[in-house]
Amino acid sequence: MDALALSRLQFAVTAGFHFIFVPLTLGLSLLVALMESKYVGTGDEMYLRMTKFWGKLFLINFALGVVTGITLEFQFGMNWAEYSKYVGDIFGAPLAIEATLAFFLESTFIGLWIFGWNKISKKLHATAIWIVALSANLSALWILLANGWMQKPVGYLLRNGRAEMVDFGALVTNIYGWSKFFHTVSSGYVVAAFFVMGISAYHILRKNELTLFKASFRIAATFGLLTSLLVFVTGDFHAAEVAKTQPTKLAAMESVWDTQKGAAFNLIVVPDAGNEKNSVEAVGIPKLLSYLAYRDGNAEVKGLKDFPPDMRPPVLATFLSFRFMAVLGVLFMLLTIIAWLVAKKDTIESNPALLRILLYAIPLPYLATQVGWIVAEVGRQPWIVYGLLKTSDAVSKAVSPEQVMLSLAGFTLLYGFLAVVDIYLLFKTAKKGPEDDISVIVKQPGAAPVNQEA
Amino acid sequence: MEFQIIWFILWAVLWAVYFMLDGFDLGAGFLQRFLARDESERRAIVNSMGPVWDGNEVWLLTAGGATFAAFPTTYALMFSYLYTALLLVLFSLIIRGVAMELRGKEDSESWRAKWDIALLIGSFLPALLFGVAFGNIFEGLPMDGDGFHGNLFTLLNPYGLLTGVLFVLLFATHGALFISVKTSGDLSKRAAALANKIWYPLLGVAVLFLAYTYFATKLYDNYLGTPVLFIVPLLAVLSLLGVKVFAATGSLLKSFVSSCSTILMVTFTGVIGLFPNLIPSSIDPRYSLTIFNSSSSPYTLKIMTAVALIFVPIVIAYQAWNYRIFRQRIDPSELLKKGQSY
Repeated sequence: MDALALSRLQFAVTAGFHFIFVPLTLGLSLLVALMESKYVGTGDEMYLRMTKFWGKLFLINFALGVVTGITLEFQFGMNWAEYSKYVGDIFGAPLAIEATLAFFLESTFIGLWIFGWNKISKKLHATAIWIVALSANLSALWILLANGWMQKPVGYLLRNGRAEMVDFGALVTNIYGWSKFFHTVSSGYVVAAFFVMGISAYHILRKNELTLFKASFRIAATFGLLTSLLVFVTGDFHAAEVAKTQPTKLAAMESVWDTQKGAAFNLIVVPDAGNEKNSVEAVGIPKLLSYLAYRDGNAEVKGLKDFPPDMRPPVLATFLSFRFMAVLGVLFMLLTIIAWLVAKKDTIESNPALLRILLYAIPLPYLATQVGWIVAEVGRQPWIVYGLLKTSDAVSKAVSPEQVMLSLAGFTLLYGFLAVVDIYLLFKTAKKGPEDDISVIVKQPGAAPVNQEA
Repeated sequence: MEFQIIWFILWAVLWAVYFMLDGFDLGAGFLQRFLARDESERRAIVNSMGPVWDGNEVWLLTAGGATFAAFPTTYALMFSYLYTALLLVLFSLIIRGVAMELRGKEDSESWRAKWDIALLIGSFLPALLFGVAFGNIFEGLPMDGDGFHGNLFTLLNPYGLLTGVLFVLLFATHGALFISVKTSGDLSKRAAALANKIWYPLLGVAVLFLAYTYFATKLYDNYLGTPVLFIVPLLAVLSLLGVKVFAATGSLLKSFVSSCSTILMVTFTGVIGLFPNLIPSSIDPRYSLTIFNSSSSPYTLKIMTAVALIFVPIVIAYQAWNYRIFRQRIDPSELLKKGQSY
């Protein structure tokens, strides 16, 4: 493999790995903040133990998210130097703003939250986790505005042999970035909702800490229902944005080969990329694809054959990823509707089958977010910045295939090790359930600050 | 003032503050196993950095992000030319961060011992490698129109290594002083004694560095051209002397503040010597990366200046507030008594 293919693989591996931790951070920070606010509001110590239990899981996950994020900032320069030179004038700004506005807040207030129990007032402590949650989401906004610019470049002029920013306002109001932001963060909320529902289900099945876990389940089920609807709505809006901006991605997502008006949406499709056709197209709903893409049943949908083969993204990967994501999205809505109804009728314990399904459903939203990124990034190929710069022209000239081979091997080993440690700790902590002695310590008069985090 | 010059100053400030803040984390991190005699002391050292290390590291991410936004060509070439060295820094920082956060997540001696070794390696390597990298930047990189003519091993030249050793000793002194002011009891005393001892080799290496810099780099040219600038290296030397004077008389907090000032002034001394280069070419000055030939457009620099001038003071304010909340010393003998263990 050449340096280009290896660099792409390395970016895919490191970004994909980073994005195992990001969605849970986005959603669980909000849920923990909600729980702590309930504790502050009601004074009920059950909510304190709840906050500490989910907070500990949050922190294990958060640590991995923080350290794997540094890799991405380094890699733009290390492996994609030509990209960084060509678009750094406009692309560097949102990254630097992300660090200045969001990372500082997040990292400072997470420190305050971890070590601040009993050192600051309850209200301020709860405020700290709210700030962590908001800054995590703010950081997502800036990085997705940066990615949104790669998907739909705006506000620049080609000058001095590079893309220079001429309209910062256009960059920060790029609808593509915003719609991607809402879709991505709400997918993170769904990950967190299923995480909390699944682990709660595990304990409810074992009749362990029923009050605490049923309360957790209820919070997560409501949150999950709202957010899986939000994922669906934002996904629909975002797909329409893709249709407007990147016709090749849309055609690959749906495996449309021939340009057609009033395009049908086929429930069953088997792409045959070698022969530029679909070997099976069945159960079509007339005009639905045109409607979904352009809000007009008679609109024209461009087919892949309208573009030269070297301007098309890999069809099978894009198509399958998109289908898989969409099916999962529907499944999440169904599951959260049922979970919410069960929680509302207070019959959680008498539904062991549902609880078991929810336990094993924990990985599914993670999978959905991963394949979602495959649609976004593989579907944009051969471009790194759509219509502006090709991925093949973006790779570093000074870096040899051997160097990337070595670094890729290093990342695989290190990240493999981190994955094992993380999964081990999450499983152990989740299974063990809430600590017993927290309330004792908190009640100790004049107890010294509890900063045994490390 | 031209935006490039404003950004050159900001670039220097971001790096200097990063070294000043994370410098004590890195130093305390690699001294931890040598200074601490038992688990309560090891934990006290980790806890002393616990609430702040992550916020300190973000100064590095911001320095990197600012290089990208303000000097994209320098960012692109620096990171791709120094590929393997930066990869090592990256891996070390990942290991350091994970060690900090996960060492206490399981109640087992062997678990913690392994993470403490990870903390040692993950703290020592960045200290050394940042020094090596900056030493090489001071010397200039072998680059021209055809690209980069070096590799990881050419970076390990005598001057680069000397700068690496300088950074390690600076951060060791800084870290030991940090532990001495953030903990109490015997640990604090031993940390202060260690800082007093490391100071002598630090002074020796610093003198050697200042002399070798004259032969290995062109950093002194700017000072000879504008002698008033000598005030900065002079302040570095005075601060370094202050570290010892205060430490020897037991004024540890003042000694630590002097150590902060030393690191700031050492960084500024180097960066002032570089001006207007960010990375000089050691083989052909026409290919040096300067703040003028590698910067973003004036429009981008203007936007970024506004962002920095509004938000960096806010960041400094809430980080200072956070330090104030955790200003109490940690007593190792009290740590283990409390029932809760994360």
